Amino acid sequence: MSKKKIIYKSARDIPLNAMSVDTMLFNKTGAWRNVRPVIDYEKCIKCMICWKFCPDISIYIEDDKPVIDYDYCKGCGICVEECPKKCISLVEEGK
Amino acid sequence: MKQVIMGNHALSYGAMISRVQVIAAYPITPQTKVVELLSEICADGRLDAEFIKVESEHSALAACCGASAVGARTFTATSAQGLALMHEMIHWAVGARLPIVLGNINRAMGPPWTIWTDQNDSLSERDTGCLQFYAQSNQEVLDTVVQAYKVSEQVLLPSMVVLDAFTLSHTSEVVDFPDQKLVDEYLPPFNPKYKLDPKEPHTFGGLTGPDGYFELRYKIEEAIQDAKGLIKETGKEFGEVFGREYGMVEKYRMDDADLVLVASSTIASTAHVAIDELREEGKKVGLLRVRVFRPFPSEEIRELLLGRKKIAIIDRNISFGHGGIFAQEVKSALFNCKDSPLLWGYVTGIGGRDVTVEDIKEIINDTMQSDKPEKDILWKGVRV
Amino acid sequence: MKLSIPEQELVMSGHLACQGCGATLCMRYALKELGQNTILDIPACCWSVIDGPFPHTSVKVPLFHTAFETAACVASGIRAGLDILGRKETNVVAWAGDGGTFDIGIQALSGAAERNDNIIYICYDNEAYMNTGIQRSSATPYGAWTTTTPVKHFKKMPKKDMMGIMAAHRIPYAATASVAYPEDFIRKVKKAKELKGTKFLHIISPCPAGWKSLPEETIKLAKLAVSTCYFPIYEIENGEKYTVNKVIKNARPVKEFLSRQGRFRHLREEDIAKIQENVIGFYNELLKKAGIEEEVSVKTE
Repeated sequence: MSKKKIIYKSARDIPLNAMSVDTMLFNKTGAWRNVRPVIDYEKCIKCMICWKFCPDISIYIEDDKPVIDYDYCKGCGICVEECPKKCISLVEEGK
Repeated sequence: MKQVIMGNHALSYGAMISRVQVIAAYPITPQTKVVELLSEICADGRLDAEFIKVESEHSALAACCGASAVGARTFTATSAQGLALMHEMIHWAVGARLPIVLGNINRAMGPPWTIWTDQNDSLSERDTGCLQFYAQSNQEVLDTVVQAYKVSEQVLLPSMVVLDAFTLSHTSEVVDFPDQKLVDEYLPPFNPKYKLDPKEPHTFGGLTGPDGYFELRYKIEEAIQDAKGLIKETGKEFGEVFGREYGMVEKYRMDDADLVLVASSTIASTAHVAIDELREEGKKVGLLRVRVFRPFPSEEIRELLLGRKKIAIIDRNISFGHGGIFAQEVKSALFNCKDSPLLWGYVTGIGGRDVTVEDIKEIINDTMQSDKPEKDILWKGVRV
Repeated sequence: MKLSIPEQELVMSGHLACQGCGATLCMRYALKELGQNTILDIPACCWSVIDGPFPHTSVKVPLFHTAFETAACVASGIRAGLDILGRKETNVVAWAGDGGTFDIGIQALSGAAERNDNIIYICYDNEAYMNTGIQRSSATPYGAWTTTTPVKHFKKMPKKDMMGIMAAHRIPYAATASVAYPEDFIRKVKKAKELKGTKFLHIISPCPAGWKSLPEETIKLAKLAVSTCYFPIYEIENGEKYTVNKVIKNARPVKEFLSRQGRFRHLREEDIAKIQENVIGFYNELLKKAGIEEEVSVKTE
C-alpha cells in the first residue's frame, strides 16, 4: 500500500489536471515523533477511546484490541491523555 | 430558421443550442439581456439546465468550475468590472483544465463609470490561458459559442466569446439558427475522462512544488497551441455542416493588397465598407480581421503580412505604458522575419467613441501618406 | 466492544497535519458519517496542505481544491452539476476553515444560504488564519494573541457570531459541535445529510501550533471550551428554533480554558474578567432563545 512519493520525470506522464493518483501512505509520519505511546494491555479495558481520538488514524482495532501503528503515530500524546485507565505511557524513542 | 435578434441574445441562444447544463451568472450592463433570456429559456423548459443566481461574478465563475469539474457543460457571461472580478477564477478554470465558455461583452473599465465599448477588459485576461474569440456579427456570436465548446472540450481550457457593448450586444441582426439535430451531431455531449466522482475518487489541484508545476504549465501551452489546429478544423467542419466556415482570421480583399488593415470586432465589420470605398478609388488595400486572439494566429499573421508594403492596425484598447495590444502582438509575430513591413499602430474608439467608415478611411490614407510611423501609439480621434 | 462512532475510515494516515491537530479529527469524524458518496470542496486553509501534495491524497472521497473565497459557491456549482446529471444522492460538502468562512468566504456562504442551495457547509474553527502562520481572523476571540494582534495590541474585537448570521438566513439547519464530542458531531452530520437546503456546521477545532497549547491536550481543550461555555453546543433550525444540546448550569471558570493556551498568557485579571462576563452573557441569552428559564453561573472553587 505505501509506495514511494511520485515524482514525474516528464510532462508526458504528468496528469494534466493535477489530480491525485496515489495516497499519502508512503509518508511514514512515525519518523516525526520523539516519544512513542505504549499500551499496557493488562490494564486496557478496550473502550477504544484511544482509537476514537487519534488524529493520525494510527490506532487500529485488531482482535477487539487497540493497536498502535508506529509507522504513522506522530507521538502527539492525545491517546495517553484521554485513556480513562491511564494505561498508555510515553516512552522516549531510542530507548 | 432566420430570426432578427440582438448580440446578447445570440449568446443566450448559442448556449441554448449547445445544450449547456449549468449556468451561473450575475447581471451587469450590457450583459443583462444574456442572462434574462437564459433565465426565461430555462424556466419554460426550452433548455434543461440549472441556473444558479449567484451573488457576484467571482462566485459565478467559481460555481461554473464546480459544475464543470463534475462533468456538466457550463456557461457564464459578464463584462468589464465583472470580468475583472472573475480574473482569479479564470486562472483557476485554466489551471483546473475546465472547458467553461464565458461570453464577455467588451465594455470599458471604470472609473469613471462607463458602459460603452472598448477591449481592455478582455485583453487584460490575455495571459491567463483562456481562449479568446472576437466576433463581428451576431451570427458569428451564435456560431462561435457552439464551436468554442467543441474546441474547449477537446483541449480542456476555457473559452471567451467576445462582442462589443451596444454596437453588437444591443444591435439586432438577422441570424440563421442552426438545426438542433445537426448541432447535436456536431457537438456531442460533454464527457470528460476525469471528473469528481465518488466511484473513482481523485483530489484535484493539490499542492505542487517546482518539481511538477513547470510541466503542468508546459502542458497548458501545448494544449492552447493544439487549439489552433482544432479551431481551424472545427471551423471548417462548421462550414460543411452549416454553410458558414470560420478560421483564426478572416481575409478580405487581401490578395493584391499593398496596405493591409488589421482590425477586430465591429471595427473590422465597418472596415469592410471602408475597404470597398477605397478600392473604388483604385487603392490596393485589404483587411485582415483577427478573430481568434488566443491562441494568437502568428502563423497566419506571418503568412499574410510578410512582404506587404504597409500594415495599419486599429486597436480599440491600450496597454498603458506601451500601446495598442493587437499592434504589439502582431509586431512580435513579425519580428525576426524577413520582409517584415512597417507597422502603424492606431488607438481609437476608447470608451465607446464611435469609429466610422470615414475614420477608418482616414487611418488608411494617413498610413499611405506617411513614410514611417512617427510614434508607437498613433492616437486617432482623441481631442488633445 | 460496541463503538460509539462508525468504524469506517475515509481519512488515511500519512497526512501532513501537526501533532494533535483538531482539524484532522473533524474531517475524520465527518467523513465517517458522510460516507463514500461524498464530494468535498476545500478552499485555502490548513486542509489544503494536510491532504498532502500532488499527486497524493489522504482522503478516499473526491476533493476539489479551490480559491479561498469560493468554498460555498463551488459547492453550489457542484450541486447544480450533480443534479442536472441525475446524481442527486451524492453529498456535497464545502469544507473550510474560519478564515474562508467568517471573512473572505462569507459572501459566497451568504449567497448559497440565501438561495438555500442543497449543500453541507462545515467550518472547522481554529480561530485564526493558521495555515499562513497564525494571523487573526474575525473568528479570533477577544484577548487572543496572533501575529497580527501582537501582545501589546491583542484582539479587542469580539468573535463574530457566525451562527447568528446563519440563523438570520433562515437556513433549515445550523449547529455547533466540538471535536471532543464526536458522537454529537456525527449525529449532527447525519441530520444535515438527511435535510434538503443549506446546512451549516461549526466545529471548535483546537490548534496546538496556533493556540500555543500542548498537542496532547487538544481533546481536553475542546472539552473545556464546552464546559466553560466559551463555545456553546447548540442547534438552530429554520433560524428560529434553538436547542442547546449541553445545558450547563455551573460553568467551569473560563480561566481554566484560557490558562492552558499560550495565546492568552498575557491577559491580566481584568481582561479575563471581561471574557468571563461576555461568555456567561452570551450563554444566558442563548438559554433564553432556547426557552430555558435558568441562567448559568460560574463554579467557584
